[in-house]
Amino acid sequence: MNLTQRYRYLYKPLVFVAGVAPLAWMVCGALQLFGASLGADPVKKLEHECGKTALNFLMLTLTVTPVRELAGLPQLLRLRRMLGLFAFFYAVVHFTVYLVLDLELNFRLLGADIVKRPYITIGFSALLLLLPLALTSTNGMMRRLGRRWHSLHRLIYPIAALALWHFYWQVKRDVREPLLYVGMLALLLAYRLLRWRARGAARAVPAMGPAARLTSRSGSATAPERT
Amino acid sequence: MLTRVPRIAPSEITPPEVYFSRRTLLAGALASMASASLPAVEGAPPAQSALGYRRNPQYSVSEPPNRLEDIAGYNNFYEFGTDKESPSRYAHTLRTRPWSVTVQGEAEVRGSFNLEDLLKGQALEERIYRFRCVEAWSLVVPWVGFPLSDLLARFKPTSNAKYVEFTTLYDPAQMPGQRSGVLNWPYVEGLRIDEAMHPLTLMVVGLYGRVLPNQDGAPLRLIVPWKYGFKSIKSIVQIRFSARQPNTAWNVAAPQEYGFYANVNPQVDHPRWSQASERRIGAPFLAARQPTLPFNGYAAQVASLYQGMDLRRYF
Repeated sequence: MNLTQRYRYLYKPLVFVAGVAPLAWMVCGALQLFGASLGADPVKKLEHECGKTALNFLMLTLTVTPVRELAGLPQLLRLRRMLGLFAFFYAVVHFTVYLVLDLELNFRLLGADIVKRPYITIGFSALLLLLPLALTSTNGMMRRLGRRWHSLHRLIYPIAALALWHFYWQVKRDVREPLLYVGMLALLLAYRLLRWRARGAARAVPAMGPAARLTSRSGSATAPERT
Repeated sequence: MLTRVPRIAPSEITPPEVYFSRRTLLAGALASMASASLPAVEGAPPAQSALGYRRNPQYSVSEPPNRLEDIAGYNNFYEFGTDKESPSRYAHTLRTRPWSVTVQGEAEVRGSFNLEDLLKGQALEERIYRFRCVEAWSLVVPWVGFPLSDLLARFKPTSNAKYVEFTTLYDPAQMPGQRSGVLNWPYVEGLRIDEAMHPLTLMVVGLYGRVLPNQDGAPLRLIVPWKYGFKSIKSIVQIRFSARQPNTAWNVAAPQEYGFYANVNPQVDHPRWSQASERRIGAPFLAARQPTLPFNGYAAQVASLYQGMDLRRYF
């Protein structure tokens, strides 16, 4: 198998299975299959698990660039779209569980929550901002948007910040877990900041040459692959 | 409102005897597994023994009580971790015997008392109360206990006793959650003396006719049914009468979010979430959300305690 075949027939299906696994586990819990259980408050459990799974996939999506550059595995980019789409998928399920199972389709409560509860306002904005990214994730849209595709998809950084703010703010007291995520995001953003500065320096002083660059730019760094 | 009309067939509820014996069996199995590798098994939960009590039909509600699995499996007891499932998993390390309660402050009778002595001759009754958590979920619980006023009267509080402060055990070896700084330990709660003496205020030693499971605050806990659950302090080791309002755990942790009074009030939202409605644990999908009642449905009995007070200010 060549690289393309390995990704198509092996790695991508594996990532897909890993992406569906949390949902399968939650469905088993809801139906009490295979000893899985959602506990005494299944609605809250589903809500929190979906939210956290969405965050996990968001973090994984943002980890692709540093890992492929630091490990010299540019081909990892082929997995990024699926990771991002799983983040969107779980964010949508998270919101659906909140609206249908938690609020029980009480739209008056939903309106009041979105207007009056900052953490819900923030979470809802993050979901709305994810929508255009999901819609423009096709090859056709990437081609059509060209350079603008990159500008649009930089929205992922504010979205990640909003999502973590949403997580942090709804925790009653024990903020250790949200802070762990904040730490991860800080690292991921710091990497990009350092790389951006290193590139700027390399551009300003060309005599320093590629050695001054943080990243390995080998591989096929065509425009749609840069982040 | 004061009669109990069960809406679910009694056959659908796991009998507490079965539940407790399942736990005992499980504990036994775990103990035998553990003893293969460990020299000693610490804190295997004892079988919950039955209590002598009478049902007090004057204090009941029309909603069906929650299953014991929910009441004993879904707890906020940060001394054993901040997850709802952690207390039921880890509270077996709590040693509830021997247990003593220290009485201090503005009272004629002070000192340290064995729990057995405090309970000797005390008639126990079952009361079915609503339980409303500040996190907007709720339960209906058949507690076994006795009026707090019975206990407090024995210590002969002086006229300076305007408040009563309660303190939970502090022992990180038994309560591993106390190693984290989530709250200031030990947990402290308090009531105004008239709230404490109110006939609804209950000292609880049991649940579903049996000794309290550790995760529900064994061996002695408070239940103030018209206040948010965090007021109902667990595993009490100290009672102090005082002239000044006690500094209570959640109020100290986040004063803008958790007031000293913490009366259930659908009109006054938590700064981050609505208190207008609640979800009943154990209710069927899509039928769990219900409006929250002022004073958790006990307004007729307790609203007069707060006459003339601005309940938005004293939330």
